Amino acid sequence: MLLQIAFLILAATTLVSAVLVITQRNPVHCVIWLIVTLFSVGGIYLMVHAEFLFAVQVILYVGGIMVLFLFVVMLVNLDVAAKQAQFRRKWQLALFTAVVLLGEFIYGLMRGKHGLSLTAAPTVATSEGNTQAVGRALYQTYMLPVEIASILLLVAMVGAVIMAKRKLE
Amino acid sequence: MTIPVHWYLLLGTGLFSVGVIGVLTRRNVIIILMSIELILNAVNINLVAFSQLFNTVNGQAFAIFVITDAAAEAAVGLGLIIALFRNKETVNADEIDLLKW
Repeated sequence: MLLQIAFLILAATTLVSAVLVITQRNPVHCVIWLIVTLFSVGGIYLMVHAEFLFAVQVILYVGGIMVLFLFVVMLVNLDVAAKQAQFRRKWQLALFTAVVLLGEFIYGLMRGKHGLSLTAAPTVATSEGNTQAVGRALYQTYMLPVEIASILLLVAMVGAVIMAKRKLE
Repeated sequence: MTIPVHWYLLLGTGLFSVGVIGVLTRRNVIIILMSIELILNAVNINLVAFSQLFNTVNGQAFAIFVITDAAAEAAVGLGLIIALFRNKETVNADEIDLLKW
């Protein structure tokens, strides 16, 4: 019961702050609300015993990506854009489409939710902690994908530097 | 007393839809990028929920790959925004129509 109340509080925080992210006018406020969203998603990770993922979420997302976002908000002059219209002209149509999509998702989920409850979840009593288990999965089972992901990060870093630097005359 | 899995999936669905609405309706490119981050987090919630359901850590490993992708996407996207702002002096997505006739 306590667990469910905690989940509902975290879920409500996530959704409300996510809605605030896409409705605020000032981009700095959007970044702050996105940080709140990411923290509550991290709380959800804690509820499913993914402690390592929580640490990654806080360090990498809140500490890294959000600082990057704040830097760009600072570098780009947004005073003009903040005074203009924040939504597109046909935003009602887009909202309607997205709400229909949401309705379809929820309908499908509620119809098929009985198939989701595995009666006997294979409970493997492991002595190792979550970080150890994730590390084992990453460096043994998913060795090649980890290497590919690191190359992807390297390419993205080089690409970001090349695109953001000034052209040399 | 555990939490049913479809609660997590409903939360992921809601977060995904908020992200989709943000991508489709906002004009500011930076906020569109932030909405993409919301969508990626919704995916992560689903992965982690199924990871708990099947009692493995494979889903968590995939969530880490998704976070890696999010980092790469944010770096490239923000670099693009800086280059774009230097050339066109705007961050509104509907004013960036260089390729549109």
